[in-house]
Amino acid sequence: MWIAFKRIVRAGFVGFWRNAFVSLSAIFVMAVSLFVIGSTLMVDTLLGVSLENVQDKVDINVYFVPSAEQTDIDLLQTSLESLPDVEEVVFTSREDALAAFSELHKNDETIMQGLEELGDNPLGSSLSIRAHDTSQYEGIASFLSEQQAVEDPQQPLIDEVNFIKNQEAIDKLTAIIGAVENATFIIMLVLVAASILITFNTVRLTVYTTREEISVMRLVGASNMFIRGPFMLQGIMYGMAAGVLALLIMYPLVLWLGPGTEQFFQFNLFEYFVSNFGYLFAVLVGTGILMGVISSSLAVSRYLRV
Amino acid sequence: MIYFDNVSKTYNDGSGVALEGVSFQVAPKEFISIVGHSGAGKTTLLKMLIAEDKPTDGQVFFESLDIHQIPRNKLPKYRRKIGTIFQDFKLLPHKTAYENIAFAMEANGRSDDEIAENVPQALALVDLEDKIWNFPGELSGGEKQRVAIARAIVNQPDIIIADEPTGNLDPIATYEVVQILRKINDLGTTVIMTTHNKGVIDELEKRVITMDEGRIVRDDKEGKYVL
Repeated sequence: MWIAFKRIVRAGFVGFWRNAFVSLSAIFVMAVSLFVIGSTLMVDTLLGVSLENVQDKVDINVYFVPSAEQTDIDLLQTSLESLPDVEEVVFTSREDALAAFSELHKNDETIMQGLEELGDNPLGSSLSIRAHDTSQYEGIASFLSEQQAVEDPQQPLIDEVNFIKNQEAIDKLTAIIGAVENATFIIMLVLVAASILITFNTVRLTVYTTREEISVMRLVGASNMFIRGPFMLQGIMYGMAAGVLALLIMYPLVLWLGPGTEQFFQFNLFEYFVSNFGYLFAVLVGTGILMGVISSSLAVSRYLRV
Repeated sequence: MIYFDNVSKTYNDGSGVALEGVSFQVAPKEFISIVGHSGAGKTTLLKMLIAEDKPTDGQVFFESLDIHQIPRNKLPKYRRKIGTIFQDFKLLPHKTAYENIAFAMEANGRSDDEIAENVPQALALVDLEDKIWNFPGELSGGEKQRVAIARAIVNQPDIIIADEPTGNLDPIATYEVVQILRKINDLGTTVIMTTHNKGVIDELEKRVITMDEGRIVRDDKEGKYVL
């Protein structure tokens, strides 16, 4: 048993080395496939992060009239927080709102002058509501309009709910996010499927070049495992080499793309590559080994039927 | 030791009948030549023996074993009892002469010591000690066939099957190969050979089975090439 294993391993290495050209081309093709898979992973992460960024910016703001009582506001905040869709509710007081407003418009003299002339703080306090998911804003908005409907029209509490104003934009954004997610998923599925097929085909071709040998081995009385073993080992070696090669190709690329993605997505691809190197290594080399073993043993099986 | 019992083979791909009611026996230590035109069924007959092909009708026995009842996973073990030699040598191109022969022993599960001892002996028997580390591409046709013979005999099989072993060789190489086969037979191994070569048959003066259109038409104890 041990002696057979030793011979299979040796035959695998010798075959790999003596078929250097075939091995090399198989490794390159597999490396390209794994590169596609690796890039897909990165793009997927990048998209996920940027979608999260966009979604983080969506919220509903409830502006209260300046004369609103703090107890009423607290009451509304508590009832909002008890809604299952709501992730968090942040209260902004009148003073904070004024400070933020002044900060934002400090270079605009007309506005600043107008503010000074008013003397009093014209701004009301507000609640900013964040949902778990963009699709849940609809429900929160309708809850708020119900609240508005039961208010005493003489002494209103809520001045304005900006979701109604932004509803169209939010709906559109939700739709776009959904479409982008679906489209990238399909594109990635096609790319990954194509690269797996190409790999299978390449490994099959390398085995095809030795189909005569396989039938000779059978006729000489070699058992199936004795024939298949070296090819599977070669598949493993192709996969490992291709995985490492794919990572080597990716390294300078993400190094170059890193600052650009940092600026655009607030997400540094290079930092992600470095900090998740173990994960990427495991995925790429693992996928490579798996594809190599499966495709070579499938290919050999075809020629074992002598 | 080998018994063909009314064996027929029909191919469904339109090439028709390859064998029709073939029956004969092979005794141990015999040297049998099978002659006939191309398509007479010689190669099909040999393929039946190494279980590369199944008969549509009839049975083939090796000793008391029905060859075509052997389960697939037991076939390698059976094939190790037979040494095969082909017209196109069928050497492994990426292995040296030594490795080609060693491979047959490795497949047989023989120990490294045995391999190191027997491979040079087998190569010496076919007079190729000086080409031990050459790849098949670096050998002449006759040399390749001698390596193939060394591979066939290295496991000390019960039978050697040679399918047109001299078909691709020049007269001198043909002579050498036939002399080696005769030597192997003299050492006690059964040899079954198909050939087209009249000179080889006439010189051997051994049993000759003549085939035509899938049937045995002659079976002579010390035959000549008659066609």
